[in-house]
Amino acid sequence: MIFEGKVHKFGDNINTDDIIAAKYLNSQDHDYLGKHCMENIMPDFSKKVKSGDIIVAGKNFGCGSSREHAPLAIKGCKVSVVIAKSFARIFYRNAINIGLPILILKETDRIEEGDFLKVDLSEGKVFNLSKNEEYSCESFPSFMQEIIKSGGLVKWIKERRKNG
Amino acid sequence: MGLTLIEKILLFHTEKKKLENFIYAKVDFCFGNDVTAPLAVKIFKEAGFSSVFNPKKIAFVCDHFLPAKDIRSANNVKILKEFAQKFKVNFYDINQSGIEHVFLVEKGFIKPGSLIIGADSHTSTLGALGCAAFGVGSTDLACAMYEGKVWLKVPKVIKFIYKGKRNRWVRAKDLILYTIGKIGVDGALYKVMEFHDKMVNKLTVEERFTICNMAVEAGAKTGIFEPDEKTLKYLERFKRFKVDLKRLKSDKNAQYEDIIEIDVSKLDPQVAVPHLPQNVKPVNELRNVEINQVFVGSCTNGRLSDLKDAAKVLRGKKVKKGIRAILIPATPLIYKQALQKGIIKVFLEAGFVICPPNCGPCLGGHFGVLDKHEVALVTTNRNFIGRMGHPESKVYLCSPLVAAASAIKGRIAHPGEVL
Repeated sequence: MIFEGKVHKFGDNINTDDIIAAKYLNSQDHDYLGKHCMENIMPDFSKKVKSGDIIVAGKNFGCGSSREHAPLAIKGCKVSVVIAKSFARIFYRNAINIGLPILILKETDRIEEGDFLKVDLSEGKVFNLSKNEEYSCESFPSFMQEIIKSGGLVKWIKERRKNG
Repeated sequence: MGLTLIEKILLFHTEKKKLENFIYAKVDFCFGNDVTAPLAVKIFKEAGFSSVFNPKKIAFVCDHFLPAKDIRSANNVKILKEFAQKFKVNFYDINQSGIEHVFLVEKGFIKPGSLIIGADSHTSTLGALGCAAFGVGSTDLACAMYEGKVWLKVPKVIKFIYKGKRNRWVRAKDLILYTIGKIGVDGALYKVMEFHDKMVNKLTVEERFTICNMAVEAGAKTGIFEPDEKTLKYLERFKRFKVDLKRLKSDKNAQYEDIIEIDVSKLDPQVAVPHLPQNVKPVNELRNVEINQVFVGSCTNGRLSDLKDAAKVLRGKKVKKGIRAILIPATPLIYKQALQKGIIKVFLEAGFVICPPNCGPCLGGHFGVLDKHEVALVTTNRNFIGRMGHPESKVYLCSPLVAAASAIKGRIAHPGEVL
């Protein structure tokens, strides 16, 4: 799978309250959550972000709460992939479980706000078209690749059941 | 090579003889709340799942936005109630529930050595009883309700040893804040924090809850203590469990990623300043910070011993004029015990308002949301930007002793200034 999009750059320790504030957790609607994504730290994010855009961040992205509303909000504003130096563990598993593409990349400091990236998800390659650079992401363990390939945990379970 | 306690528990819950990097493990108990479980129900229905693995091992605890703060929150409770009736799973509405990580222990659901998943990050709290307890998301909960299983990466373990003698003002909250300050909010990312108490004046079981509760604030997969006689004695008041304690210990030759010893002898009460739990300072460095609101409660510090601590400071004194002070006992049982012991009276007479058991303002839900520029000192677990309300409000984290002393002084204060 290949994505192309513009970068929205964030720092370290972007937490789940940043991604979606608790006052919106009474909803499970992706579009509604998407409208309030990053509201506390970047109030105009949901207006700026376009379908296919890419979030690039520092370390420990998604720390804090277990709210799956956080990756759903990111999905809700049609972000194609989140690239970070590291992810907080519950956010990481939620993203994989719901099929939100994520990549771990050490060199996110090289990428700036507004850069255009081409991301080859299956190869784990990121091409920075604005800077003419190429980066390699950490590869996923094979167990997780299975879930990612299925398109999320629910589909993985169904496939396993079907195949006995 | 030996195994750590968490590895042993994980191994007991697979059909394998040896642990692999990833396991698809059996869960003994799973739960969610009125924020995470409605989403799990939606995912469950959309997946076309038509049965649950064991209704007795599933619970929905309504604790976040209850009593319903708005129409959507009321609807979420209704979604859970209808699902619970259909599939016969445990369901607790506001008049019979409390904060999940405290309440589920009281209900006798949490047996040492079990593998538990909760759709709430503070599920790590239950590691205090020697469980492998992991916070997960709503999809994990939906799938666990159906299959009774969860996928887990077998984690590396960091051992923390607290030693020395604590001064009379130092509680578990100070130890865990200090620890997070030392290793950072991603200092234990994907790892398990295994805690050992070698202090002269030992932690109570309720203090162990506070420590494991905040392990997640250091990025940990969970926190855990080896269960002992003290654990079983604590649980006896709720339920008698038959547990083979010898099986629930880390081997002497177990492998640790790191071993960190913390001498508590010189430690004073700690406060985490905005906007991360790792920004920790001794309370005496913050004595000029003025506050608008104090909150005692939450899954971190809303237990009876926490209320007792605060009451000790508040007895016969008044909250400073202009300060809003809020108490939320974590469960109805704690509320009742605090009433019987005269603790509630102390809070009331000091000028606290007492709200019904729930998560309250900790996550900016209700019962004390902050406006622009307001400053709160709270016994909860997170001080992120906008955590308790307005993005330009500020949250400081501390123990109940410090919270009570500060309510009286109207600024951040050391309990020794009041007692």
